[in-house]
Amino acid sequence: MAAALQTAAPLRASSNLGANSERFRFGSLLRSPAGRKGSLLVVKSDGRHSVGFNTRLRGGNLIANAVAAKSEASAKSTDSKPGHELLLFEALREGLEEEMDRDPRVCVMGEDVGHYGGSYKVTKGLATKYGDLRVLDTPIAENSFTGMGVGAATMGLRPVVEGMNMGFLLLAFNQISNNCGMLHYTSGGQFTIPIVIRGPGGVGRQLGAEHSQRLESYFQSIPGLQMVACSTPYNAKGLMKAAIRSENPVVLFEHVLLYNLKERIPDEDYICCLEEAEMVRPGEQVTILTYSRMRYHVMQAAKTLVNKGYDPEVIDIRSLKPFDLYTIGNSVKKTHRVLIVEECMRTGGIGASLRAAIIDNFWDYLDAPILCLSSQDVPTPYAGSLEEWTLVQPAQIVAAVEQLCQ
Amino acid sequence: MSAFSAVKILPSPPITARSTPKPSFPFVFSSPSSPTAGGIHRPAAAPLSSSPRPLRAVSSHVLSNEQRVASHSHQDEAEVTREEALDLYEDMVLGRSFEDMCAQMYYRGKMFGFVHLYNGQEAVSTGFIRLLQPGDSVVSTYRDHVHALSKGVPARAVMAELFGRTTGCCRGQGGSMHMFSAPHNLIGGFAFIGEGIPVATGVAFSSRYRHEVLEEASPSGGLDVTVAFFGDGTCNNGQFFECLNMAQLWKLPIVFVVENNLWAIGMSHLRATSDPVIWKKGPAFGMPGVHVDGMDVLKVRAVAKEAIERARRGEGPTLVECETYRFRGHSLADPDELRNPDEKAHYAARDPILALKKHIIEHDLANESDLKGIEKKIDDVIEDAVEFADASPLPPRSQLLENVFADPKGFGIGPDGKYRCEDPKFTEGTAQV
Repeated sequence: MAAALQTAAPLRASSNLGANSERFRFGSLLRSPAGRKGSLLVVKSDGRHSVGFNTRLRGGNLIANAVAAKSEASAKSTDSKPGHELLLFEALREGLEEEMDRDPRVCVMGEDVGHYGGSYKVTKGLATKYGDLRVLDTPIAENSFTGMGVGAATMGLRPVVEGMNMGFLLLAFNQISNNCGMLHYTSGGQFTIPIVIRGPGGVGRQLGAEHSQRLESYFQSIPGLQMVACSTPYNAKGLMKAAIRSENPVVLFEHVLLYNLKERIPDEDYICCLEEAEMVRPGEQVTILTYSRMRYHVMQAAKTLVNKGYDPEVIDIRSLKPFDLYTIGNSVKKTHRVLIVEECMRTGGIGASLRAAIIDNFWDYLDAPILCLSSQDVPTPYAGSLEEWTLVQPAQIVAAVEQLCQ
Repeated sequence: MSAFSAVKILPSPPITARSTPKPSFPFVFSSPSSPTAGGIHRPAAAPLSSSPRPLRAVSSHVLSNEQRVASHSHQDEAEVTREEALDLYEDMVLGRSFEDMCAQMYYRGKMFGFVHLYNGQEAVSTGFIRLLQPGDSVVSTYRDHVHALSKGVPARAVMAELFGRTTGCCRGQGGSMHMFSAPHNLIGGFAFIGEGIPVATGVAFSSRYRHEVLEEASPSGGLDVTVAFFGDGTCNNGQFFECLNMAQLWKLPIVFVVENNLWAIGMSHLRATSDPVIWKKGPAFGMPGVHVDGMDVLKVRAVAKEAIERARRGEGPTLVECETYRFRGHSLADPDELRNPDEKAHYAARDPILALKKHIIEHDLANESDLKGIEKKIDDVIEDAVEFADASPLPPRSQLLENVFADPKGFGIGPDGKYRCEDPKFTEGTAQV
């Protein structure tokens, strides 16, 4: 079952680059599917540089698959490669730790972030290193400790508030909407709220309805808030650092099932731009816009599509609010067909806004209606089969692209 | 049975080892684990949780013949110098005159929306805020004009904000319920009740953080203190209790000041609260709880001094319940029909400004003409504030998008590849964002 395939094993990436690599920043790097000519594939987070060899170079960009396939080359010579390998949650921690080293005003607040090391181990070891005040174990009072984060931010601290599950932040909605979003404005610009609110969300593996919430869209209307969603260790670390350095309140959405993704990331300091989207796989035929975990479903589908002769362009929008209309627009202008694949619910989801934005800005470039694949408007069921049908699966993505390209 | 008959305190309450033993320590502080913790709050005569007496719609005990209980703080302790007394008087007169002028301006159509006036409660604002140092912070609610004035925000800036002018303290973007002033450490101004308390707790947290982690010394010689003001209605809100817990847990330098004016719009405190005695909810969390007569600025000041110094020394938070009253309705839109006129008359007789005036004259701290001089000076200040506000410009269109984000890159990248905020139309306020 396609679903089992892509959810069963942690997605893995290994690095294998051709000799003439420039300074690169790369996402997952895998062997191409059997149908292609055995080229090594690398994805760039900005899609601008090309490295290695590939028979399907297009404007210098290389094709990538994010889904783990057998990488024959992965066994060899990983030691000589630049960068270091780690899992996504470790990348988050690394980013957080680097920022905490860099700026003593950065602090962490949340439930079990300190002694327990975070329920997903993102803050493991930090309390020992920085102390109980800088990595604050809070009582279970989301609204109040988020508000506390806001208050601390007004006085110059840079708190990173962790929601143990993003769903818990519904309890903090008052503080997030009223204070994070609005306080800079209602104070006439006198106080800034450089807060980062982060935590795991999305549908996991049979975690039940309340722990499987897709609530990016609930926050998207809040004026004054920025939202980003990470999907790879590379962009997780980059976005974490950028969010902490940003003067705006940023909500960083992580996904429960992506924490164990492995990737080789650069040793040097880098950040990912908060407002930019990421080119995952350049193509000519159809633009697929996605984010977070659905990126992997899309890339799984892309494999199939490529085999069938399609050429999808896959963009991980990363910035849920605001949208990177430049990257998205360039893609639409090229392909004229758009498919949005998201984990959000259909009603009022991120996809709904994105659709509207594309229609507003790029209507003349569209050759077909924008298709949007979202999850069902149902509370996530517990039963595995029902849960699977709640979400968009690669087969549906393939079908949608075929429909779009008729 | 009224709310405040429960305030009959035993003459010498046991003070646990945790509190600094001081002969005049007015605070009731019981250890939560102490078996007599409940005992402290029992009135000498009758147990607190005795058979419930019928509750009346009217809240105050003052309409009954029951003896009013003296506040626990010593009445004779209120020693003030002439300068202090005149400063207090001036601040209260400023607050009162300003609010009266607000009412006038509102009815003349100069300000709109919800305006909540502070008449009658001046003793609380003055009593607390005039003791604060510049590095200390105040966090308030929608009834915040006078807190702003006491903290030092110029009357001009507050009035211009109310008129919605660009010269207002928040550039006209906040309004009556969102007074902020960074130079004066006034952090709101919040429209939803309770939502300022976590923010205040965060400000206090930052004070401790700066002291311990950043190792910055405050000019105050201790920790910078945060004073959070809120009402009786807020004390039934979850955020209140959550923050009492956290503030005590981390011994944050904060004072929680309950301005119990007995009414939350039209909801009597007694009808909304299972146990209407608010101050004793402090000891339930391990912090001292004090009740004070909020119509007497000197008593408030004495309690405030203790609470603020406690916080500054790092001993943690205090919950202070001020019994006070608002002479006007909840807001200028409130017809104020539910409150008993006798209750209003009772509190009008306890007008804090008149009380202080009486005290000043009786103790020969100043004479009538000094006080008249202050009143005249304040009249001029208020008039000047109105003129200034009237003459100030309304915010231009270009201001619309300016403060949505501290970093306007948050508006994103437009189709042309440039950040939206780089679009020249952005500064005109007409950009499509």
